[in-house]
Amino acid sequence: MTKRHFVPKADIDYTKADFTSDQMVKWCPGCGDHAILASLLNVFPKTHHKKENICMVSGIGCSSRIPYYVDTYGFHSIHGRACAVATGVKLANPSLSVWINMGDGDSMAIGGNHLIHIVRRNLDVNVTIFNNEIYGLTKGQYSPTTKFGQITKTSPFGTIDYPFNPGELIMGAQGTFYARALDVMPPLTTEIMLKAAQHDGTSVVEVLQNCMIFNDKAHAAITDKAVRDDKIIILEHGKPMIFGKERNKGLRFNGRCLEAVTIGENGVTMDDIMIHDETTEDTGIHMMLARMKGDLPVAIGVIRNVVKPTYTELYEDQMDECKANGKYKCVDDLLNSGDTWEVE
Amino acid sequence: MMQGDKKVTQKDDLVIRFAGDSGDGMQLSGTLFSDASALTGNDIATFPDYPAEIRAPHNTIAGVSGFQVHVGSHIYSSGDKCDIIVAMNPASLKSNLKWAKKGATIIVDIDTFTDSAMEKAGYTGDPFSEELEHAYTIVKAPISSFTERIGSEMGVDKKVSEKSRNMFALGVIFYITHKKLDQTNAYLARKFAKKTQVVQLNQAVLREGYEFADKLELIHSHIVEVATAKMPKGRYRNITGNVATAWGLLAASERSGRPLFLGSYPITPATDVMVELAKHKALGAKVFQAEDEIAGICSAIGASYAGALACTSTSGPGLSLKSEALGLAVMVELPLVVVDVQRGGPSTGLPTKTEQSDLNQALYGRNGEAPLIVVAASSSANCFYWAYTAAKLALEHMTPVILMTDGYLGNGSQLFRIPKVADLPGITPRLAKPNDPNYRPFRRDPVSFAREWALPGMEGLRHRVGGLEKCPDGPLTTDPENHALMVYNRQEKVNRVANYIPDQEVTGNPDGDLLVVGWGGTSGALTLAVEEMNNEGKKVAYTHFNYICPLPKNTGDILRKYKKIVVCELNNGQFAGYLRTQFPECPMRQYNKVMGLPFEVGELKEAFNKILGE
Repeated sequence: MTKRHFVPKADIDYTKADFTSDQMVKWCPGCGDHAILASLLNVFPKTHHKKENICMVSGIGCSSRIPYYVDTYGFHSIHGRACAVATGVKLANPSLSVWINMGDGDSMAIGGNHLIHIVRRNLDVNVTIFNNEIYGLTKGQYSPTTKFGQITKTSPFGTIDYPFNPGELIMGAQGTFYARALDVMPPLTTEIMLKAAQHDGTSVVEVLQNCMIFNDKAHAAITDKAVRDDKIIILEHGKPMIFGKERNKGLRFNGRCLEAVTIGENGVTMDDIMIHDETTEDTGIHMMLARMKGDLPVAIGVIRNVVKPTYTELYEDQMDECKANGKYKCVDDLLNSGDTWEVE
Repeated sequence: MMQGDKKVTQKDDLVIRFAGDSGDGMQLSGTLFSDASALTGNDIATFPDYPAEIRAPHNTIAGVSGFQVHVGSHIYSSGDKCDIIVAMNPASLKSNLKWAKKGATIIVDIDTFTDSAMEKAGYTGDPFSEELEHAYTIVKAPISSFTERIGSEMGVDKKVSEKSRNMFALGVIFYITHKKLDQTNAYLARKFAKKTQVVQLNQAVLREGYEFADKLELIHSHIVEVATAKMPKGRYRNITGNVATAWGLLAASERSGRPLFLGSYPITPATDVMVELAKHKALGAKVFQAEDEIAGICSAIGASYAGALACTSTSGPGLSLKSEALGLAVMVELPLVVVDVQRGGPSTGLPTKTEQSDLNQALYGRNGEAPLIVVAASSSANCFYWAYTAAKLALEHMTPVILMTDGYLGNGSQLFRIPKVADLPGITPRLAKPNDPNYRPFRRDPVSFAREWALPGMEGLRHRVGGLEKCPDGPLTTDPENHALMVYNRQEKVNRVANYIPDQEVTGNPDGDLLVVGWGGTSGALTLAVEEMNNEGKKVAYTHFNYICPLPKNTGDILRKYKKIVVCELNNGQFAGYLRTQFPECPMRQYNKVMGLPFEVGELKEAFNKILGE
């Protein structure tokens, strides 16, 4: 089947300034959201989509204020429902490039149902999850991604909730695109978001984002400059899975699970290192990559990016077919169909 | 009139109830009979009475499914008590006898009255007591054995042939109602075109039922010919309320030029609105079966933002789930039609039974000051016009509209005079002009107070909407004066809809001693009750509301004219309470019924006579 693209291209080149709104950005100074906003503003010109055809949809929370800070069409909806509202926007007008922005609570607690279903359907939209592992706008309650045992306002004795791993959730829902980004690495985030925009289907980018007021340093164990190179691995499609300050560490599949190895030690050579393939349909390795933590580096970059017909295409194909072959051309035809009779 | 030695009685109307086990095909028999009646000139109304269970245990009361048909010269409702009851097994007889008129004809499949079936139905003694035989004309037809015999003659297995038992009953009914079989034979030939044997079997069983009746002297004195209707000229069809609702929305979409979007989640008794619209992609209807009720309405709100005539259909519990999103629709001032096919509540309540108890929820069920338009359909057929009107009001006034129907209207059917879409009132959506330098998201038309609709994709009109309070120019603000102004504006916009709707009318005897007030799906029984009382020399006025919020402007003038007012509704007095808040000077009595059942004419007349006598 040939891919159908519905979003019109602009005939001029935009810059970041074209998408910057005149509204004051009211996030806390130092909040990771600023970096994510900057990445988004950098991505829009690169997509070459017509500015009028971009629509931001958000739920409720700090991150969900983003539509006000982008000079496009925007809908700041209600808590948890961004995916549902966006589904209507995209279905009603497939020529819109729809960007959904949510926090971890918004997307995976109150809005968890809508998230898994939009992903399952593979509607052609771009989802960004701002994951700071806390409820920020309500001032510091634990979220579905808060680390087990963490003390928060509503877990004074430590949480006993096992957190979601968003990647597992997305892939479990048959997601076709899942990437993880870091707020502290904006150019990489922009690059990932561009790939997300180019993906046909639901793309989900989880950005590990810092809330310096209510959950400061939540991701510091992997994002601190001092340890970052050894604690994360940046995955690139078709390239070996190498990481470390010295670029001498890699990931090997030992037949049972992934393990971190050092090239040149214990007979390990480059040939032992796995090559990242974001396009394999089977989620096995992608799931393992998304789960990595502790002794294994946290995977950053596009983990999964597979081709599958989108809900948008399938829907429009059906519409076109029905319109071409339908029995009724107008409502009058329908009203007069079946058993009818004339009363004189 | 005599026909041989048979007596044919003329009647204005006739109520027939087909009752059997779920799966006995009672709905089909009823539909075939009503279609044949309509085609021979009768006015009709039907109502299915089905259990919540799909196939409850065989031969139990829980498994009984009914389909009532009312035919005659002018039919307002599916009728109260029945002239004829078909009972395909003991359980159907036991549970439906209460619907029989005095002297009714009751046709039973006597073959099914086995000891075990009678025990399952809860009979301890003989179901056909002397008392029963005396009160009714009981036709004990060997339906199962006759059908089986015809089947075996045609080489059809019993398991297959027994599915045609309903045709035997239908044949008997056709005989008693002095109708021909042609129409139904043609239908069977059409429906089972590829299964010749099924056609032959059904036609043979139908004929057998007819001939059985012809040989049965017992019913020769009970043959009735129902008067045909004097209906306005035009093309007619039979239609259920839910299909009429769906078609009304389609017509509004075509007329307004805005593509139809329905975001919904299955819920009894509203599902058929979605099922119907899902068939019509060719007409541009986009139906989205959402993951839940909330996603249903939220997707509709998103579609509305993107420029669709957006709708969601639901019933009581679903409307509860949609409350927060309804508030969002009020806040962003986008057109939205919410169809609430009411059922018995609260909670899961009585999914398959009718009630009018969602009114308070529709009027008030949101946080904050969140006014919206509420309208109600009052017959299965006029669901078409009220769905159309709801869409027109939503699009022209930029607001959510709740359309209230109910299980009785939605599942019931009536004759529908087919309009031409071009003859329906025009609909002008308030679309903004691309690149209008003066466009502001909440700039209002000074007359209607409605804002303009700027669609994503339109050049030069980029803006943001959302649930947070905004100032008229668009940006967020918590300014106290602005909030007061926006609250006022949203209320005023809904209030001003009263300037665009017709005056409320009074029927019956406008100079009556009593004003009967109704709203929504009860108009059939109320109309008939008032008509009969006036015919009996009483003076009764009647006014029936379809515009609920805002009310027509002359509502107060009408109410203040009458010393005695009775508000009748299928709840504990929600509309009465609403009227009292607006017209505290008017004392109102109430007549309420909360049994999951429609009003009966008899009980209404009794109540009205009592009030007149006070």
